[in-house]
Parts: sequence; structure tokens; C-alpha cells
Amino acid sequence: MDKTKKWSEILLDYALYLILGIMIIGVVIADSSFLSLNNMWKILSQASTRGILALGVAGMIVLAGTDLSAGRILGCGAAVSASLLQSVTYASRMYPQITEPLPMILPLLLSIVVCVAFCLLNGFGVAKLHMHAFIISLGTQLIAYGVLCLYIDSQKDGAQPLASLDPRYISLVNGKFWGVPNLVWFLILCAIVMWIIWNKTTLGKNMFAIGGNTEAAAVSGVNVAKNIMMVYLVAGVLYGIASFLEAGRIQSVTTSTGLNYDLDAISGCVIGGVSFSGGVGTIPGVLIGVIILQVINYSLYYLGVNAYLQYVIKGLIIILAVAIDVRKYIAKK
Amino acid sequence: MFLTNQVWQFVFLTHLILDNNLSRAVQHFKLRTHSGGYHCAFCNKRKRGETAMGEKQEKYILEMTGIEKQFPGVKALDHAMLKLRPGTVHALMGENGAGKSTLMKCLFGIYKEDGGEIIIEGEKIHFSGPKNALDNGVAMVHQELNQVLKRSVMENIWLGRFPKTAGIISHKTMYEETKKVFDELNIPVNPKTIIGKLSVSQRQMVEIAKAVSYHAKILVLDEPTSSLTHEEVEHLFEIINKLRDKGVAMVYISHKMEEILRISDEVTIMRDGKWIATENAEDLTTDKIIKLMVGRDLTERFPPKTNTPGDVVMQVKNLSGKFMPSCQDVSFELRKGEVLGIAGLVGSRRTELMELIFGIAHRGTGEITKEGRLINNKTPKEAIQNGFAMLTEERRATGIFGGMSITFNSVIANLKSYQAGFFLSDGKMKTDTKWVVDSMRVKTPSQRTHIRSLSGGNQQKVILGRWLLTKPDILLLDEPTRGIDVGAKYEIYQLILDLANEGKSVMMVSSEMPELLGICDRIMVMSNGKLAGTLEIQEATQEEIMRLAARYV
Repeated sequence: MDKTKKWSEILLDYALYLILGIMIIGVVIADSSFLSLNNMWKILSQASTRGILALGVAGMIVLAGTDLSAGRILGCGAAVSASLLQSVTYASRMYPQITEPLPMILPLLLSIVVCVAFCLLNGFGVAKLHMHAFIISLGTQLIAYGVLCLYIDSQKDGAQPLASLDPRYISLVNGKFWGVPNLVWFLILCAIVMWIIWNKTTLGKNMFAIGGNTEAAAVSGVNVAKNIMMVYLVAGVLYGIASFLEAGRIQSVTTSTGLNYDLDAISGCVIGGVSFSGGVGTIPGVLIGVIILQVINYSLYYLGVNAYLQYVIKGLIIILAVAIDVRKYIAKK
Repeated sequence: MFLTNQVWQFVFLTHLILDNNLSRAVQHFKLRTHSGGYHCAFCNKRKRGETAMGEKQEKYILEMTGIEKQFPGVKALDHAMLKLRPGTVHALMGENGAGKSTLMKCLFGIYKEDGGEIIIEGEKIHFSGPKNALDNGVAMVHQELNQVLKRSVMENIWLGRFPKTAGIISHKTMYEETKKVFDELNIPVNPKTIIGKLSVSQRQMVEIAKAVSYHAKILVLDEPTSSLTHEEVEHLFEIINKLRDKGVAMVYISHKMEEILRISDEVTIMRDGKWIATENAEDLTTDKIIKLMVGRDLTERFPPKTNTPGDVVMQVKNLSGKFMPSCQDVSFELRKGEVLGIAGLVGSRRTELMELIFGIAHRGTGEITKEGRLINNKTPKEAIQNGFAMLTEERRATGIFGGMSITFNSVIANLKSYQAGFFLSDGKMKTDTKWVVDSMRVKTPSQRTHIRSLSGGNQQKVILGRWLLTKPDILLLDEPTRGIDVGAKYEIYQLILDLANEGKSVMMVSSEMPELLGICDRIMVMSNGKLAGTLEIQEATQEEIMRLAARYV
């Protein structure tokens, strides 16, 4: 049966990759200097933190939910990392009592703890209070934003960006290893771990079962609430890692850090074929989705397209990509 | 890739016919002939009353006695009883609402019984839920299959207990274990297939295999054949017989008398939550069961036919679907006041034919004329405007709006006629809903009741009423009596014949041949997308229908 697939079906199966290819070819035709290793690393580095965020959000979408608070949670985590890793010679640093540079694992773990806490709040709302993820994360988004503003405002000099970061931190995040940016390595590492969790562990299988048919999962003895909480916990860890990296990447954390990152992550997932109706999605899909999004962003900027027009084009491409991708699932009569 | 069960059955059947073994083939499909308890070579049906050991066992594996269950305002179970022997098939019968499913829910711990006791293998038990029951070898295959459609067959089977080594799931073990069970039960399904791509019967077999993989001693089958065709039923029975030989005790819930008389060893009949009788199947007849179930004689299963077909209303010429597989080159005529039956095996594209006429499926070639006028019916909306109405096969999926009221469900296809200026007229909608409830004899506490809480028969009546409000001339009914109990079926038949008497034309797809023979004027038989023949009711027999159904396979 599979062997007699028509070419149109094969075309649809790889539609996303084709779209990505056509886009890149298009940009290269418009400006041949686009095709350089440097630009590629730039795109992938920019995609990395959002990609890690998207890997977390994807789990919630597979559970037939979503997460609107991811961006703001990332902001909180980034503020924690940045505040603890400000250069110890910087006079108006947030914690003047830190006179010796902290080991970098500490801020990373603290960021993870903060992000996990917010995610578990979302998870609790979905798993135990039976709220829709859209609603609970809408609330969490506001809470996280409020907490972020309070934290940044609590500096002795008032609300100012958390900048002047420890050079060790900056070089860890923005350095290269074997010629590949560290950010890309982090993304690859997270993606591999997540692929194993999704495909090779009970948590992953249960996640797909719950997203596909909660009732069937429950009667098969799956502890639905516990598994939902676990998916949120894993997402929290990913958000924590992403926030640590993001703070080091942009090197200045403000109250607007993370704004709309959730929407980018969700768009990435959807472009990558993670179905909003739940139970469908793959890790490579999420990655390709996030990368497509970043290629759009970067190439429009590279070609010098009007900033407002960029939004219009970006929106159109997202709609087009998803419209083509859903053809796969529509049965013809 | 692999031959599906249906294909096997087709091959098997054609073989028989080619071998001039037609009469044997016919006998095989003519379920009624089995009810005498004789031995059929094709389905390996053992003479009833014998167990795997060849003698009647007195030991029970399951004893439910004096079960009581009170719901607010209703006594759902009143001294209900069920005693099950190992290696037997025990049919549980009763009209909808007789308490069969409540009794099963007590067994599986979904409800806590108010009184009575449940004893399994001599031990008093109370399960905390379906999973607990499953772990103890008590499994159920539900009528509404509860599966994760987007995942593979084997994942569905091992969900909740994936085989692992060091936290990593072993897909290999999962595949091998699944394959083992499938081979044992002769289920031709690839464990790696996405379950949503399987047919209902295959999905059901997967569910049975799941129970077997849990080493179930007691298996409850709830209406397992309600959406299967004859061939699929045969395969199911083959599997049931295998399980019986292995000593599995099965509770078989069904409304289909012929099947019950054929497959079961014992029959327990319930009425109004009470135990009425438990008898050996060989001592029972269809009439006797019905009498016990309804507590009165139901002399006629079908209402008297009083309609007389008139002039031709609709002509269909060379109709083919745009996307294959679909119908090919189907031509026929429909008369005013006629009930035209459509018979065929699953996959014979009966539903597609209706969908083509109603504009749900894309038409490739062919034309439809109604009263001499060429009509398009490109969309259902256009079809409704042209005086068509269609009752779909999957009532729950494409018929009812479960969480909405009777009123909403009645008027939804006809909203235009309630428009009063910018708003919808509540008064008109209420009047029309009242008409639906009264004329269809819907049993409901109020118009505001959610349709979900009505019985299947009453839901079907509401939907039939919905379509009648659009004032159609031609009704397309796809399996109108599926999952409906005996009493309610009679009422649906009566409604169909009343409509024909009023001059409306009805096309009706059904997998139950007695039903087609009972109320139709002509029967069209589809075979593999083509029209195999049309029989006047006087000349139609089950044998003839089966012969035509296998014509192009």
C-alpha cells in the first residue's frame, strides 16, 4: 500500500522541507551573499533558545493544550541567571554582596527551579483543576510578568536592565566548539534528550496517548494527572535551560525579555506539524518548524525588507506552511 | 502489504462459489440455519452446551448474585444475577435500559453496587476500576472502541504497561509479543499500523487481542457485531470459538437474535433491572427470547407494509466517484412512496453511493435527475435545497450534537425557516420541536434535555425528525437502526413506512438482511462499488442477496 503512494502524497509528506528549501533558494537568488556559513550559524544560534523553548511547548500541544506563558517564564528565568552572573566589578550590580564569581551551574539550576515552579502551576491547573491550558497559562503569563517586573524593579537603583554580565558566562553561551556555536550544541543536546523521552520512554508514549485519547489512556491504567505534571516538569527544565542561554545571548535582561517568545515557539511547533488537536507531533518536526521561522525572520531582515512589512510576510508564510501541511491529514471523498 | 480479513473472506467466498459449493456458502451466511444447533463446517461451531472439555461444567468462574443499584429516582438493578461458566459464551440480553450495562459497570468497579455479591473463582471481589479488573483477568471490549487512534496498534495494546529495559521502551519486545497474540488468534494486522487506519472490525479484534494479552479469563463483548458485516462477524466468531476452546468465559451482549442463538451456550435475559431467566441457548428461539425480553408477545417484528410505489422521482445515471475507491457506474431509479433497500458487504461502497447523491463526496461522472430536472447536488446544502435528506451512519460522530438540547438538535438543519428579521423565532422552534417529539414519539423529559442522555432509538428519532423538518422528498438513511433495541427498531420501521405512505421516497442502507427484506419494496445489491443487481421484494431472498453481493469481489 505504501509503495503505491502517489508523487503528490510524497510531495505533501516533505512539504515543510520543500518550503524551507524554496525559501532559502529564493533569498539566495535575491542576494547571493546570504549563502554563507556565518549566516547559517547566526540563524541557528538565534533559533536555539526559541527551539529549546519550543521543545517544551510541543509537549503541551501534544497533550492538546498550549502554553501562552512560556515567554514570560523565560523572562523570569533569564533575570535570575543574569542577576546572579553580573560582573563582580560592575558597581551597580543587583547583588553587591556577591564579590566572588559564582559557579555557573548555580544560576542555571536556580533558573530551572524558577521555570519549573511556574510550569508546575500550569500543570496543576490542567491536571488537577481540569482547566484548559489556554486559560491557566494566560493567568500564569500575567503572574510571571508581574514577578519579573517586581524582581527587576527591586534593584537598589530601580528598574534598569540586568547587564554587564560575567565574561565567563558570555563566552560559555556565545563561544564555539569545533567551529559550531555552543548555542547550537545546546539545542542539539536538548533535542536528542527530548527525542529519547518522546519515543523511548513511558512518559513520551503516555503523553501521546493522553493527547490522542485521554479516556483510553485512563482505562489502560495510565495515571493521567501524574503524566501531565511530568510533561510540564520536563518543559520547565527546558525553559530553565533556554532562559539561562537567552540571558547570556542577549547580554541584557529587561522586563520585555521573552515577550512573544511563546508565540514564536507555538508557531514553530504548528509549522512543524504538531497538531493542535493533540496526539500528533515529532521532535524533528518541531526543530524544522522553529528553523523555518528563524529563516523567515533573518532573511527578511537580511534583505532589508521594511520592518512592518516583515510581519505581514511572516504571517502569510506561516499560514501557507500550515495550510499545506494539514493537507496530509485530510481524507478525500 | 497484507491481506485484510475482508479480502480473505471475499477470496474464500468466491472460491466456494466457483467450486459449485454455493449452497454451502449460502448456508454459511444464512445465520438462521445455525440456530438449530447443528454443526457448521465453516465456522467450527461446536454443538452448543458442550464446553472445551466436552461436558457441561457445573463450576462457575463468575457469580454475580442479588446485585442492587439505586440511581436517583430509578432502581437500575433489582436482584440482578449472572453466572458464568469457564469456556462458554454467555449471552446477556435485554432491551436498552434493562440494566445490562449497569450490571457490567458494577463488575468492572465503575459503579459500586448497593447490594449483592460478586464472586470470581470462589473469591468475593470488588474491583476499583477497569484497569484493576483487567489486571485480574477481567476484560471488556466496548461497543464504542476507546483507542488512541493516532498511535500504532501495538502501542495501544501495551499502553499502561510498556515493556522496558532500564527505562527505555523495547519496541522489539512489544512487536514480538503483539505478533504472537495476533498469530494465535489469526488476526491479519500489522502491529505497527496506525490504529486509526484500520476498519472497525480490525480495531475490535485488536481490542480482543489486548484482552488476551492480559491473559483474561473473563471477557465481556458489548455489541461486538453492531458495525460488522457478515464476513467480519464470521471472523469474530472464529476468534470467539478459539477463546472458548482456551477456556475463556465470555459475556456476549447483543441485540441480534440470530447471532446469539448461534454463538452462545447460555443466555441470561434481563428486564427492568431484574433477572428474568437463564437458559441453554439450544432451548431458545428468537420469539421466546423476545417474549422474555419485552414481557409480552411481539407477534410481528416488522409493521405491515401498506405503501405503494408510484412514478419515478429520481433517476441516477452512470454515477461514479471522483476519488477511488468509490462507486463506479451506478444507475438506478427511485419511485415516489418507495422504500429502496441497499445491501452489500462492507467495502461495497453503499455509504459512498449515498454520499455521492447527497453531495458529501465528489462526483466524478454521471448525472442525477429529480422529477425530470437535472440536479447538481455539489454540496449537502444544495442537496437539502433540492429536497434531499441524509441520516448518517455514525450517529454519535456525525448525527447528534451530544451536549445540546433536543430543540437545538431538531432545528439545526432548518434554521432558515425560523428567521424572524434578524433573530431566530423561539416560538416557531418550540412548535417544530414539539412536532418532532410528538410525531416521532420521542421519549424525553423535556425539549431542553441534552440529546446525549436519550437512548439510541430516541436519538435516532430526533435526527429523523430534524430531517423531516426540512421537508425532503427523498430520504437517504444509512443504517438507521444500528445499535437500537428491538422495540425501538419497530418504531423506526413504522416511521419509515409512514413516510413512504405520505409519498416520500426512502433509500436505506442496512447490513441486517431481515430488516431489508421486511420493509423494502426493492433491494439494490452493491458489490465492490458496482451495482450487482436489483431485486423486487417478492423475489428477494438472503441467498440471492449474498450471491449478488459477492458478484464483483
